[in-house]
Amino acid sequence: MNTSAPIENLISKEKIAIAFENVSISYGGNEAIKNLYLNFPKGKVTALIGPSGCGKSTVLRAINRMNDLIPDCKIKGRIFYEGSDLYDPNIDPVEVRRRIGMVFQQPNPFPKSIYENIAFGARINGYSGNMDKLVEKSLKKAAVWDECKDKLNKSGCSLSGGQQQRLCIARTIAIRPDIILMDEPCSALDPISTLKIEETIHELKNNYTIIIVTHNMQQAYRISDYTAFFNAENVDDGEGGKVGYLAEFNETETIFGSPKQKITKDYISGKFG
Amino acid sequence: MNQDLIYKKSIKRNIIEFLLNTIAITFTFIVVLPLVLVLFYVLIKGGEQLNFALFTQLPEPPGDDLLSAGGIGNAILGTIIVTTIASIIAIPIGVGGGIYLAEYAKGGSFSKFIRFGTNILSGIPSIIAGVFIYGTIVSTKIIFGSSFSSLAGGMALSILMLPTIIKTTDEGLKLVSDNLRKGALCVGASKFTTITSITLPTAFRPIVTGILLAVARAAGETAPLIFTALFSFYWPQGSESFLEPIASLSVLIYNFALEPYKAQNELAWAASFILIILLLFLNLLARYLNKLTIQNK
Repeated sequence: MNTSAPIENLISKEKIAIAFENVSISYGGNEAIKNLYLNFPKGKVTALIGPSGCGKSTVLRAINRMNDLIPDCKIKGRIFYEGSDLYDPNIDPVEVRRRIGMVFQQPNPFPKSIYENIAFGARINGYSGNMDKLVEKSLKKAAVWDECKDKLNKSGCSLSGGQQQRLCIARTIAIRPDIILMDEPCSALDPISTLKIEETIHELKNNYTIIIVTHNMQQAYRISDYTAFFNAENVDDGEGGKVGYLAEFNETETIFGSPKQKITKDYISGKFG
Repeated sequence: MNQDLIYKKSIKRNIIEFLLNTIAITFTFIVVLPLVLVLFYVLIKGGEQLNFALFTQLPEPPGDDLLSAGGIGNAILGTIIVTTIASIIAIPIGVGGGIYLAEYAKGGSFSKFIRFGTNILSGIPSIIAGVFIYGTIVSTKIIFGSSFSSLAGGMALSILMLPTIIKTTDEGLKLVSDNLRKGALCVGASKFTTITSITLPTAFRPIVTGILLAVARAAGETAPLIFTALFSFYWPQGSESFLEPIASLSVLIYNFALEPYKAQNELAWAASFILIILLLFLNLLARYLNKLTIQNK
C-alpha cells in the first residue's frame, strides 16, 4: 500500500471501486500517463477533465482493458477492482468488460433492431429472465423508452444521435455492470440531447459507479461528485512529446470552488486548455 | 454584347478541345463495340436454337445423327454440380481466410505473405489450376481410385474462386467500423461472438457479392475442367457421379464448336447462350446486392 499519494485519505477503503497504484501507460515508446495513483469512489460520478493529450481517455480505457486492442500499448503498475489486479495474467478481459461497461464518444448502436441491441449483450452474458421486461427496464433507465417503445423492431441506427447514445447507455445497463465508463458521451451531440444524457446519468448514479471523461467543464460540474484534473507536461525527449499526470483530485465542489493548485484554477477558469 | 465573350469555334484552344473530345468518344465506342457485338452475336445465334428439348435431352455424339445433336440438359446440370462442389470447398476456406486476415492477423509478415499470395493466386491462368489438379488428384487417382471426376473439377474451380472470396471478405470486414467491435466487446462479447454476431452480419452483403462474382467466374471456366471433369454424354447417376467424368456447358462449347457437323455447332451456340444468361444473372445479382450495401452506408 503506497501511502504517499495525497488522495489516499479522501475515500475510505471499502468505498473504492477502482484503485490505480503507480500506473504508467505508454504507446510504443511514448508515455501517455505516468505514476498515477487514483481511487475512484464507489456509487459516485467521477469526472476526468483536462486538456487534450493529458491521458484521461487512456486512463478510462485502462479500466476495462480496452487498451488491449491498441497494439504496443504497455501498462505498468497495478489497477485494482474488488481486490484483483485487472492486469494479472489470469484475468479474462471479457469477464472484466462484463462488469465494467463502456459508452463511447460516437454512438455505436449495433446494426440490429432496438430490441436486439439491448438483448444481445444480456443474452451473451447468460441472462435467462424475461427479455421483454429487461429491454423495457433498460430503456426506461436510460430515459429513451418513450421514444422507442413503438418501434422496438426498427434498426437502432434509425434513431437520432442523442437517442442512439441513450440506446448505447441502455445496452450497457442491460448487462448489469458495476461500473459504467463514459468517454465524452456528449461531444457528438446537440445541447438538448446532452441535457437528456446528463439527466440519465443523474438517474443512474444511484445504482452505478460512473466514470466520465468530458471536455465540457460545466458538464463536469453539473453531473459529477468527484473530479480528477489531469494535465500534460513536456518531456525532454527532444521531440516535444508530452506526458499526462494527475494534477488534482477532489470533490467536485472543491475542485471548482477552491482548487489547491494554481494550474487547476487556471484550467477551470479557461486560461489554457 | 461584348464580342470577347462569345464562343469562337476557330481559335486554337477550341479546335484542340473538339478534336480530343472526338478521339476520346471514338475510342470509347471501339472499346464497347466488341463487348456488345459478342453479347448480341451469341444471344442471337444461341437464341435461335432455344427450345424446350434443349433442357431435357442429352447431347448426341458427333456424327451419329446429322439433323439433330440432342440437348444440353446434362451439361447445365453438370455446370451447376461442379460449381456447387467448388463453392462448398472455396466458400468456407475463403471466408475463413478473410476473417483471419481482417480480424486476427495483426499486420505481421505472415498476413502480408498471405495477402501477397492471394494476389498472385488471383492472377494465375486458369489452365494452371487445371494442370495442378490433374497432376495431384486425377493422374494419381487419389480419390477412391477415380481419375476424371466432378469432384476434381470442383477442386480446380475452387482454386480460382479462393482469391476473390478471401479478398472480398477481408475488405468487407475492414469496412465495418471499429466502433462496432468496441461496442460489442464492451457489453462483454468475446472476440468470437463479436465476429459471428456483429461484424460478419454487418459485412454480409459485400461478402456475398464477392462469392457470387467468384461463382460466376468459376461457372464460365473451361480450361481447368478439360483436365479434371472431362465430359460425359450421360446424366450424372446418383452419388457415384461425383467420382465420374461430368459434362459442363463450357467444355460442351469447347468440344462441339470445333466439330465439322452443323448440328453440334448449333448446340454449342445454344450452350453459349445459356451460359451467358447464367453469368449475366449472377453478375446482376451481385451488382444489386452491392448497391443495397452502398445505400445502407
